[in-house]
Amino acid sequence: MFHIHCPYCDEWREEEEFHPRGQAHIARPEDPAGCSDEQWGDYLFFRDNPRGIHHELWVHAVGCRKFFNVTRHTQSYEILETYRIGERPRFTRDNPDGVVASAPESLDDSDIATAAQEVRA
Amino acid sequence: MQRYSGFALARHALSHHENWQRQWRNPTPKAAYDVIIVGGGGHGLATAYYLAKEFGVRNVAVIEKGWLGGGNTARNTTIVRSNYLWDEAAALYEHSMKLWEGLSRDLNYNVMFSQRGVLNLGHTLQDMRDIQRRVNANRLNGIDGEVLNARGVQEIVPILDCSKNARYPVMGASWQPRAGVARHDAVAWGYARGADALGVDILQQTEVTGFKIRDGRILGVHTNRGDIEARTVGCVTAGNSGVMASLAGLRLPLESHPLQALVSEPLKPVLDTVVMSNHVHGYISQSDKGDLVIGAGIDGYNGYGQRGSYATVEHTLQAIVEMFPIFSRVRMNRQWGGIVDTCPDACPILSKTRIEGLYFNCGWGTGGFKATPGSGHVFAASLAKGEMHPLAAPFSIDRFHSGALIDEHGAAGVAH
Ligand SMILES: [Zn+2]
Repeated sequence: MFHIHCPYCDEWREEEEFHPRGQAHIARPEDPAGCSDEQWGDYLFFRDNPRGIHHELWVHAVGCRKFFNVTRHTQSYEILETYRIGERPRFTRDNPDGVVASAPESLDDSDIATAAQEVRA
Repeated sequence: MQRYSGFALARHALSHHENWQRQWRNPTPKAAYDVIIVGGGGHGLATAYYLAKEFGVRNVAVIEKGWLGGGNTARNTTIVRSNYLWDEAAALYEHSMKLWEGLSRDLNYNVMFSQRGVLNLGHTLQDMRDIQRRVNANRLNGIDGEVLNARGVQEIVPILDCSKNARYPVMGASWQPRAGVARHDAVAWGYARGADALGVDILQQTEVTGFKIRDGRILGVHTNRGDIEARTVGCVTAGNSGVMASLAGLRLPLESHPLQALVSEPLKPVLDTVVMSNHVHGYISQSDKGDLVIGAGIDGYNGYGQRGSYATVEHTLQAIVEMFPIFSRVRMNRQWGGIVDTCPDACPILSKTRIEGLYFNCGWGTGGFKATPGSGHVFAASLAKGEMHPLAAPFSIDRFHSGALIDEHGAAGVAH
């Protein structure tokens, strides 16, 4: 059973309050009609499926109902961090210890935020 | 190969069963094979067996990083059925069903295939409409099936709560009499023994760590026991397929999830068929040993941990007790998880890749066990001829770009 820190509620809550929603940071193509079948299929269906550090989208379904990101190890299941939409992960496959080199910069996650708003609406 | 028979059993009794031949060898890897199968689960071993037996390709290695059938083959709930909705899926699973029906004789190995029937319950009007549609589709495809009302279900399973008092009353079910269960370990062992006898090298404790690829063509694999060459490699690695694909520089439309099952303490015979319910989310049968074999849903997150979450166990047992109040005080004995590679359309991938000679057979998700013989057979045909078998062709990875998905979610849902 996970104990998950919701970055919006700023509280640790039980896994049962949340739903996983698959891989995080998948940007919707800017111009869907201009995509090739290859590009559109890749966007819809193809996913990273690592045995190791993975960035995931979760929703605090029976809490604040907001979407946020989780960095989790898919073998140990350890949750390394949770962070808001639009923020950048500290722990990555290239930086598994989360060494902070410089100030975190904003990632363009506007599409995920939009999707989250649509689902909330 | 030493044949098994009642006579052999009696003869070996005289020597206290101490002189049975080992079921398969433990060979040293050769430098090269005609075909390498990566993954020694049921599907991989079946592929090797049919390659050697039906297609005359005997210079074959099965490379397994752990032990035979130690993955999902030994972790599923052993249900076998073929009542799938769409023509492509129905044809593949029914091909498998027909092989199941002669499998023990073919392998000279008792896989304990028991055609005790499978009920897929309906609890809502929409469930019943879907059931009618699926059973009609099955019958048009030559697959046995009946639509039962609640009374018909009650006659088959007297201990099922079919009363109006249930929280989700049973309105009816689909019934496939030819469906049933089989002994999962025996399937892996039977195929391994049969393949070994035909000359296939089964290399256990051998991990593929990379693929040897030159100019877009597969030339072999790197393993922890050295490099092994082959110009045809079939990757049959279930939950680990995404990891294997990334070793070859490929990406698959798969996500690996934990799927769990549990068994109870052994009971006297009480349930002589298989009952599945999508709506309340659980499925159950009773093994020949007497334990109730109970299946659950997948955990929603990706995971390779081969264990499931407690919440899923709780939901599953709620469903079982909802259907079978008589089981409310049965104690559970063991619980475990397997890693299933789920596809967006809930159908497998049997496919060539852009690397010539490298094939994948994966994406069976939550329902691969029932397909073991058919999957192995059509995949072996494809590897032997270099052209996908007609039953496998619709399951190409190209469908995720062409849009020709085979969307089995409606027919199969959770209950595999
Ligand atoms: Zn929250």
